[in-house]
Amino acid sequence: MADSQQDIALYVHWPFCLSLCPYCDFNSHVRDTIDQGAWREALLRELAHYAAQIPNRRLTSIFFGGGTPSLMPPETAAAIIKHAKSLFAADPDIEITLEANPTSAETLVLEAFAKAGINRLSLGIQALDDAALSALGRTHSKAEAQACITAAHALFERFSFDLIYARPGQTPEAWKAELTDAVAMSRGHLSAYQLTIEPGTPFFLAQARGALELPDEENGAQMFEITQQVLEDAGLPAYEISNHAAPGGESRHNLTYWRHDDYLGIGPGAHGRLQLDGTVHETRQHRAPEIWLDRCLSHGHATQRSTPLTGDLLVEEVTMMGLRLIAGIDGQAFKNRTGLSLGQAFDPNTIAQLTEAGFLETRPDHLVATAAGRQRLNAVIGQLLNS
Amino acid sequence: MTDLSHIRNFSIVAHIDHGKSTLADRLIQQCGGLTEREMSEQVLDNMELERERGITIKAQTVRLEYKAKDGKTYHLNLMDTPGHVDFSYEVSRSLAACEGALLVVDASQGVEAQTLANAYLAIDADLELVPVLNKVDLPAAEPERIRQQIEDVIGIDASEAVLMSAKTGLGIPEVLEALVTRLPHPEGDADAELQALLVDSWYDPYLGVVALVRVKHGVLKKGQKIRMMSTGHAYPVDRVGVFTPARTETGVLGPGEIGFITASIKTVSDCNVGDTITDDRQPAAEPLPGFKPSVPVVFSSLYPADTSEYEDLRAALERLHLNDASFEFEAESSAALGMGFRCGFLGLLHMEIIQQRLEREFDLEIIATAPSVVYHITLTDGSEIELHNPTDYPEVTRIAEIEEPWIKASIMVPDEYLGSVLQLCTERRGEQIDLTYVGGRAMAVYRLPLNEVVFDFYDRLKSISRGYASFDYELDEYRIGNLVKVDIMVNGDVVDALAMIVHRDQAEARGRHLCERLKDLVPRQLFKVALQAAIGGKVIARETVGAMRKDVTSKCYGGDITRKRKLLEKQKAGKKKMRQYGNVEIPQSAFIQALRMGDE
Repeated sequence: MADSQQDIALYVHWPFCLSLCPYCDFNSHVRDTIDQGAWREALLRELAHYAAQIPNRRLTSIFFGGGTPSLMPPETAAAIIKHAKSLFAADPDIEITLEANPTSAETLVLEAFAKAGINRLSLGIQALDDAALSALGRTHSKAEAQACITAAHALFERFSFDLIYARPGQTPEAWKAELTDAVAMSRGHLSAYQLTIEPGTPFFLAQARGALELPDEENGAQMFEITQQVLEDAGLPAYEISNHAAPGGESRHNLTYWRHDDYLGIGPGAHGRLQLDGTVHETRQHRAPEIWLDRCLSHGHATQRSTPLTGDLLVEEVTMMGLRLIAGIDGQAFKNRTGLSLGQAFDPNTIAQLTEAGFLETRPDHLVATAAGRQRLNAVIGQLLNS
Repeated sequence: MTDLSHIRNFSIVAHIDHGKSTLADRLIQQCGGLTEREMSEQVLDNMELERERGITIKAQTVRLEYKAKDGKTYHLNLMDTPGHVDFSYEVSRSLAACEGALLVVDASQGVEAQTLANAYLAIDADLELVPVLNKVDLPAAEPERIRQQIEDVIGIDASEAVLMSAKTGLGIPEVLEALVTRLPHPEGDADAELQALLVDSWYDPYLGVVALVRVKHGVLKKGQKIRMMSTGHAYPVDRVGVFTPARTETGVLGPGEIGFITASIKTVSDCNVGDTITDDRQPAAEPLPGFKPSVPVVFSSLYPADTSEYEDLRAALERLHLNDASFEFEAESSAALGMGFRCGFLGLLHMEIIQQRLEREFDLEIIATAPSVVYHITLTDGSEIELHNPTDYPEVTRIAEIEEPWIKASIMVPDEYLGSVLQLCTERRGEQIDLTYVGGRAMAVYRLPLNEVVFDFYDRLKSISRGYASFDYELDEYRIGNLVKVDIMVNGDVVDALAMIVHRDQAEARGRHLCERLKDLVPRQLFKVALQAAIGGKVIARETVGAMRKDVTSKCYGGDITRKRKLLEKQKAGKKKMRQYGNVEIPQSAFIQALRMGDE
């Protein structure tokens, strides 16, 4: 494998769900019937369309996200994996992740997905409490979640699950107990997200009406700190703000995003960041499932936007994403991506001020947020990029 | 030209809400000034704001044709006047154009502070007053009691007060007949040199500057060359006419008549209200007695909430100034709020109205600093300055003494709330001059420092009396006061827009109050924020906004970085409205909120 070969990660978006969760503002849709043959064909065509523009890449990961991609026929996943491996040079260690919901029906098809080539599972457990699951609009129970995790243990060498904390009415103590429970079921990777209320969701409206009371900043901060502590003690330290893994168990695919390396996104509403003709491009596919499908079948792709990403915008993205990593931003990688050294990109006074206040680490040719800085990253980034 | 004996010039004076405008409407309707179709409620209150708030801001005039019981037709010239104390200068000039006035009193509420103030203005102007009891149709009406109250409090004969209801129309014919039989007709000599009182002027987009005049002697004609006696400037008259209320050109106005002229006058400021208009070729020897010019007593700075709207604000202020020369403005800049204007107003209501007109008619979002009064400062070198803005406060060591304006306030309030009202007056450094009781109501007369009144006195008065207290004031005198400037500091930097001048005894409480309020308004930041109140560098109050504990979005979805970038863009947009104090950024909105009046 030549070193000159550039890496590429592939994201595949499956936009369908059985029902919508009230906190979710992802590109998710409920449909009675789906023409599975057409969808498979469309995804394969869009993949080929992009692959032709970026020849000679090494494929390091594939991620099936959604929506609920575990509702996809396993043969569709198999076809995409096979096609991708034929279009790119597949890394022998390629990581292929499927997001799945832990309902009993979906648990039954996990084996078929494993056979299709999926080697990592990411389960949307979200909570280990039936009342909380129901409040989050989830259709599975704690018992189903446990059964699914047991099945995953048998089928996949690597799996992760997501939890959502700082839910309405949740206390730091309750979260600590729940998280401790979760650690016992985990295998090398866990994601813990704080519930954020996104505009346009039912939760947003409920909050606006005063019908949804979330833990305050202090309780949110405590839960964040508990998360760091409990998971670190369990041998799953954070490697990114919300992601925790045993050493070596990090998600390769997600690291691509945070390092702002190249990734290709296909499927409705999928985003990509790709070097095309030496310039980083921002790509986005059409969001509406039916329009996306029509365009792919008639034109071979449904690209809605493919624009060069340069200057300040590129610096902003690389900074926003990179500082989320515990390892922070490497000066050389930053320069390779943006053309600027860290010294050129940031105001030294701001850096000094943030460092002195304990929000940034002092490491030569690196930009790294401290634990305190990561906990307030939006404000830190605001200072860094707006000064 | 109308025969003098067939003219009656009158105003209507009343407390706010006692039905002045509704009565005016009824009179116009009864005299056929407008058809049913043309009749919209309260035709004399043109401005949207006037109609909405039920108050009259600018004086208006209308000529009514009334066929009286004696078979003759009379011209009744109605000058509508503003009811509020801030506009008393407009009231007095309207009254100067009349021989009589209807004193309208609500038959259940009785005499209120503004009834009194306006009645006294009318009596001072030698007007014949006809008391009118309105709203007699309401169950709560007590016309006999109120009649007695008018005699006791105002001291005029109310035995023949007309009972009416402007709402139902009851008693309107009696009101019209009383105007003819009880008010004197104007006097004047048509053959004498022209003397016409300039009562008001405004800018009309179609006609240019329009002047409202009352002819005392002589005749004013279209084509005539007139002279403003105060400036000596001469103008040819283009139009002469009256409002019925529709604008009607008559070509001529004789003695005793009220009407308008246009005369190629460029700006409203060329028309000095109270000036005497005469004939340029045969001028009168003496001008008529004029009015005291109105002087702004309350000052506040206005800033556009969006700094890019500064020029729009300037244009809007200039437009408003065309029609209301009584407020002043000049450009200033503030570190906290950017570029804006220091404005002078006749009073608090006037200030509020200008602000609302800016927001409503010009769609501007305005930030107003706390209202302040005019201080007279004597410096140690003996020179004197007038201080309109706390920011210009000289160094303490250079100040020999400071004088502040005091007012004489009349407050009428039902007995049960008197205790709280007296307490409020005492808290605000008030000195009682008089306290009298009239039929279940008390009238308290106090001397109060105006700077205590502009703060939030009126809001407090309303709230402690459940809206029953009425209030009126006149400027009294300047007195030496133990006054200090309190600065508000954010992380050690002074926020100019929040500086205030207060009595030494209240400095600490007011400083602490503002710091506490700011504490709730300043969002938590990466760094903690110190909020301090200080007098000349000495800190008298302090609050701290703790540093933020957590601020991070946890989700990352399908590589959609664009979504994350939006957060940054939002931060950047917000940053435009931020003000930097050391290493912290304070949103302008925090200062705006802190400046909002009406505490508690």
